Amino acid sequence: MFSRRIAPLVMGVATVLAASVAQADVLFWSTQAKPIEETQAMRTNVLKGFDGKVDYQANDGGPWLTRLQAELKAGKGSIDVLGGLHGDFSTLPEGLTDLSALDLGGAKVNPGFMALGKLGTGEQKYIPWMQATYIMVANKKALPYLPAGADINALTYDQLIAWAKTLDEKTGGPKMGLPAGPKGLLHRFLQGYLYPSFTHSMVTKFESPEAVTAWTKLKELWTYTNPASTNYAFMQEPLLTGAVWVAFDHTARLADALNKKPDDFVAFPAPAGPDGRGFMPVIAGLAIPKTAPDMAKAKALIKYMLQPSTQVATLKATNFFPVIDVTLPADMPASVRASGAAIAKMSGAKDALPALLPMGLGQLGGQFNQVYIDSFQRIVLNGQPIKQVLSDEANTLRAIMKKADAPCWAPDAPSKGACPVE
Amino acid sequence: MPSRGLPYLLLMPAAIFLAVFFLYPFTLVAWEAFSGADGGLTLAHFATMAGNWKFSSALENTLLLAIAVVPIQTAMALAMAVLVTKIQRGRDVVLYIFTIPLGISDLAAGLIWFAIFDQTGFLNSALHTLGVVKEPVIWLGYQNRWVIFLAVMLAEIWRATAIMLVILVAGLGLIPKEYSEAAEVFGAGPWQRFRRVTLPLLRPSLQTALILRTILAFEVFAVVYALGGNNLPILMGQTFHWQFDLQDYHVAAALAMVILGISIGFTLVLLRVLRVPKGAGI
Repeated sequence: MFSRRIAPLVMGVATVLAASVAQADVLFWSTQAKPIEETQAMRTNVLKGFDGKVDYQANDGGPWLTRLQAELKAGKGSIDVLGGLHGDFSTLPEGLTDLSALDLGGAKVNPGFMALGKLGTGEQKYIPWMQATYIMVANKKALPYLPAGADINALTYDQLIAWAKTLDEKTGGPKMGLPAGPKGLLHRFLQGYLYPSFTHSMVTKFESPEAVTAWTKLKELWTYTNPASTNYAFMQEPLLTGAVWVAFDHTARLADALNKKPDDFVAFPAPAGPDGRGFMPVIAGLAIPKTAPDMAKAKALIKYMLQPSTQVATLKATNFFPVIDVTLPADMPASVRASGAAIAKMSGAKDALPALLPMGLGQLGGQFNQVYIDSFQRIVLNGQPIKQVLSDEANTLRAIMKKADAPCWAPDAPSKGACPVE
Repeated sequence: MPSRGLPYLLLMPAAIFLAVFFLYPFTLVAWEAFSGADGGLTLAHFATMAGNWKFSSALENTLLLAIAVVPIQTAMALAMAVLVTKIQRGRDVVLYIFTIPLGISDLAAGLIWFAIFDQTGFLNSALHTLGVVKEPVIWLGYQNRWVIFLAVMLAEIWRATAIMLVILVAGLGLIPKEYSEAAEVFGAGPWQRFRRVTLPLLRPSLQTALILRTILAFEVFAVVYALGGNNLPILMGQTFHWQFDLQDYHVAAALAMVILGISIGFTLVLLRVLRVPKGAGI
């Protein structure tokens, strides 16, 4: 009798306790630093210096957005700070607090990145948090097979193809690798590297004759690419097992190889095409949803994340580089030194052609990427005719741009209204 | 004396549970599938779904997989169930061993088989040690869809035959021994007794097992995802893709409706084909 009466009471107390504990922690809801080692490093190394407890939760984009949208729809929530890529935030400018007046404690954030954080509105929707890009890494065993006269720091697509061909013929199998698996980032290679390098465009010239050339080159490269690439997500793994000797990927997805065997690998810039050396900088940002339960703590956390020492700790934890002016200490991991040098060479190259991440697409970002992934799967994997596929997919792309009413972004020339697909 | 309302009262929690956690979300999903941007009814989402270049191969693969896997599983489950009931000593141990895969999640099962077929997996290292291959073979590459298909078949058969087995073992236990003994007295051999006595009397359990297994076969997802990535499109995988990667809930809901439609269709067929005539039950 007694226990039956007491049970609900105990449960009630427990609920209240749990709620109060949850309230004390600042919930940091992020799409970044998802691999378990990175999440752990965020918790133990990066966030430990913050005045207050932070509950760092890393998620896939889908679940991340679903919970956030549910909280925004309900008008109240438990998420305090959001961490995500530029593209993650472009879905929901209305749900984010204006951070224009936020005191960053003297941290000077790259002004170009700050402008991106406005998401095309008049308000500062997110504060840039960290940056990365995509580069190439090669096993040193592959270097003797470089085509004659080729400079690894200024390769062209033709030279890369020739290199991959020699490797295939002389080493007993294809050694080139691309992250074409379901969780791979091959679409970024297509959008930010292949297309700009051959067409000086990402969207407008999607089905141009230059684009046909680009796809022909990629098809050629693919014949010397390890076919297991369609299962690869993080190229550091096949690089370490030796299944792949030359790979393209996100710096954070190559870091493990560079750190575990720093003497075996070299990092170098992506190749150039007739229109330049296309490359895509990646920006992650911090934002506060309008439903944040503890606005003051959330703002304090963002300020903390932008401090030089935190930014360096974040770099060590995630391999994403600082967005503020900061001198890196000498004891940085091998991956940071190697990829940092490659990025500097790539962005400083005479023919450098930066291509921005898709902007203003909102919820259609995934479908935008799918156009490129589908084109790849149809043209390269299934061998469908290039022109036919491009004209099919251009229709989808056109519809997406119209639906999103998104103006062009670099390297496409600015447009009035939706970015056209010629 | 229980009151007349008692059965309904006892059914109530389950009914409420179903209404809140199944019927309500289901209507929401159905509404997502048919509602347009202007709030009216539309079939546009189904058109988008069917217009996608992967839809037909996803449909084909899902159906083929079910057609390939379910009959094999039925035959195996029947054989295993008869075997288990015939064993005198250690019956429980055998049954437990047979049902171990049931306790493993489908994703884990997929990963186990992935560890076998992967380029650096067990199969390649075994073949390499035996000197059959010089370089590791890429079994799960996009060029060998049939290998992925076979691997998924193997994994599914390994993983989900036990669920049929459990139902069939229970069904076999319900059949009175007298029927079989009577048949034996009249000179029926073991095969005849199985064909003419056991199988017809097992029909209700067989029906349940088949319906359950077929529906699960149309919902196959994690195993295919682990083994084939996006090299082997299936309906459930496409649903997930539209929902989370492409963020188009309407098309995801439309795909869910298609899976539901197929499941209902096959359930009706099985109900009709394996129906137990009135008064013919045990």
